[in-house]
Amino acid sequence: MTDVVLDVEDLHTRFLTADGVVHAVNGVSFDLHAGEFLGVVGESGSGKSVTMMSLLKLIPMPPGEITAGEANFGDDNLIEMDHEALRDIRGGRIGFIFQDPMTSLNPVITVGKQITEALLEHTDMSKSAAKTRAADLLDLVGIPDAAQRLKNYPHEMSGGMRQRVMIAIALACSPEVIIADEPTTALDVTIQAQIIEQVRKLREELGTAVIWITHDLAVVAGLADRVLVMYGGRIVEEAKVDVLYSNPQHPYTRGLLGSLPRLDQKGHELTSIEGQPPNLLTKPVGCSFAPRCEFAIDKCRTEMPDYYELAIGHRVACHVNLDTGEPR
Amino acid sequence: MTAELTDATVENDADEREVIVRVRSLERHFPIRKGILKRQVGSVKAVDDISFDIYKGETLGLVGESGSGKTTTGRVILRLDDATGGDIEFEGVDLLGLDHKALRALRPKMQTIFQDPHASLNPRMTVASIVGEPLREHSKLRSAEQKARIDELLEIVGLAPDHANRYPHEFSGGQRQRIGIARAIALNPEFIVCDEPIAALDVSIQAQVVNLMEKLQKELGLTYLFISHDLSMVRHVADRVAVMYLGKIVELAGVDDLYDRPLHPYTKALQSAVPLPDPILENMRDRTILEGDIPSPSNPPSGCRFRTRCPIAQEQCKSEVPEFREMRSGQWVACHFAELDSQENAGG
Repeated sequence: MTDVVLDVEDLHTRFLTADGVVHAVNGVSFDLHAGEFLGVVGESGSGKSVTMMSLLKLIPMPPGEITAGEANFGDDNLIEMDHEALRDIRGGRIGFIFQDPMTSLNPVITVGKQITEALLEHTDMSKSAAKTRAADLLDLVGIPDAAQRLKNYPHEMSGGMRQRVMIAIALACSPEVIIADEPTTALDVTIQAQIIEQVRKLREELGTAVIWITHDLAVVAGLADRVLVMYGGRIVEEAKVDVLYSNPQHPYTRGLLGSLPRLDQKGHELTSIEGQPPNLLTKPVGCSFAPRCEFAIDKCRTEMPDYYELAIGHRVACHVNLDTGEPR
Repeated sequence: MTAELTDATVENDADEREVIVRVRSLERHFPIRKGILKRQVGSVKAVDDISFDIYKGETLGLVGESGSGKTTTGRVILRLDDATGGDIEFEGVDLLGLDHKALRALRPKMQTIFQDPHASLNPRMTVASIVGEPLREHSKLRSAEQKARIDELLEIVGLAPDHANRYPHEFSGGQRQRIGIARAIALNPEFIVCDEPIAALDVSIQAQVVNLMEKLQKELGLTYLFISHDLSMVRHVADRVAVMYLGKIVELAGVDDLYDRPLHPYTKALQSAVPLPDPILENMRDRTILEGDIPSPSNPPSGCRFRTRCPIAQEQCKSEVPEFREMRSGQWVACHFAELDSQENAGG
């Protein structure tokens, strides 16, 4: 096994809102290995983004609150670090790419300056060295005429180009981990394909570990080594990428795959998951998916399922063996 | 050459099938104005000379990326926006020639389902008044009959009668889209323009809504124009598909021809860009990655609009707009260099 760079244990995050307590993350544990590409799949409200944002305290606090858990990154527990220390890690040892580059880039500063700022903040580089490095980075992420482009403002670039700039900024300080939150969701499909291709190349060249958050099971199928599926603030299934798609063992994972139309297949019936997403305002007692689950037994409604290890690296939080219909 | 279907070919195609919507050389140009005098300095050709038919009872998929003009096309067909050129016939009636009153009389037959059920439902109205609004406007039902119809509609779309007195914010996205669908079918329409009806919904909810739309189509004999950027979903729902790029239809074909034997290089590239939920296939695929970005529709490339990103473009593509021609039965393509495979050529 390769080295673990990030080890998250039993993370709980909640938000205190006017409507009540939103239980966003309810006990999430996972690890990330050096150079690994981890896909995190879930729908809105699954807790996939809040989990990752919690690690670096990028959630608004208050109303957000991390009530339990640890996140070991090297020798440090990120959850216990103060903001000052976290600032060194954010954008330094852990890079971020967000969904909408237009809101995460500063509209009144040139992209060159935004990249060099990151470098000057986190490294001992001289200004001129940082400028050279910035041009190299733009070149690395596939932006033509990189040196010229440094002088552009974000609005002078297309959505795809801006997302490339975001990737360049995330890569600037050679981070150990990059967390990408729906980085291609706002892009057109041909531009998404360009970005994915670029990420594929960069992965081979740089070997940075990546956590890629998405609602789209198809996007990570060709990228990830391992995939976590989240629902109701928990990981419900984790498996190597080929196992997850060929032998899903959580009813929600199966349901998601069944409800996806396929470009490469003629109109088969879409098996939809009935019911509505869980209400996070009530603390889950049993399995959050039970009200929508065709396999649910009484136990599912009263007892939060533990993880069952089905094979090495394949775990599922479900009381029922789907192949037999019997309790595990 | 411009894209033009002759009436003769249309009649051939339509031997057995009745055309419900006929679109010919449709244009929607938005003026660009500048300066104090607001002089027109150019125009955005959002929809530029497109022609197609929609057959009764079918789902015509309309796919394209942002800026392709797919939404504008849908709006113009419903006369929610004004065409700047061309013709639209709805059941043989010249739609663009209708005055306000005649158009209003026709409205019940043509409805729309919008993308964002958060924005398209009035937050201050109850579900009953939202769904009942078209009945109040266009039907002569008395209030008890209206109430019964509203209950019936809610049941049809899978909502409970006691939902009628609630407000939109009390519902999830999928349920709100059901409310929008109930409103759209209230007056027994024949034709519904669905503009990205599932794009704002979670994946597990998308299938619910699409299954409902397919069920309604079967039961009520509806015709859909299904506008979407989601090629996989369009393959699932559509009978025929039109692909738009920068205001033009580049390819129009039956769904299996379009997906299994696409002829236009843009159609091919678009499909190759869609990821598949299967790691093994994903790693084996040959990808055509298009370079560059979609040009601005205010200043589209000369000749073929796709040529700046096209992997097979040549000199001719710069100077000549490709003709929209039928290369297989029912498969229309606007490309100078689209080719049938050799067997088909030999077979005639």
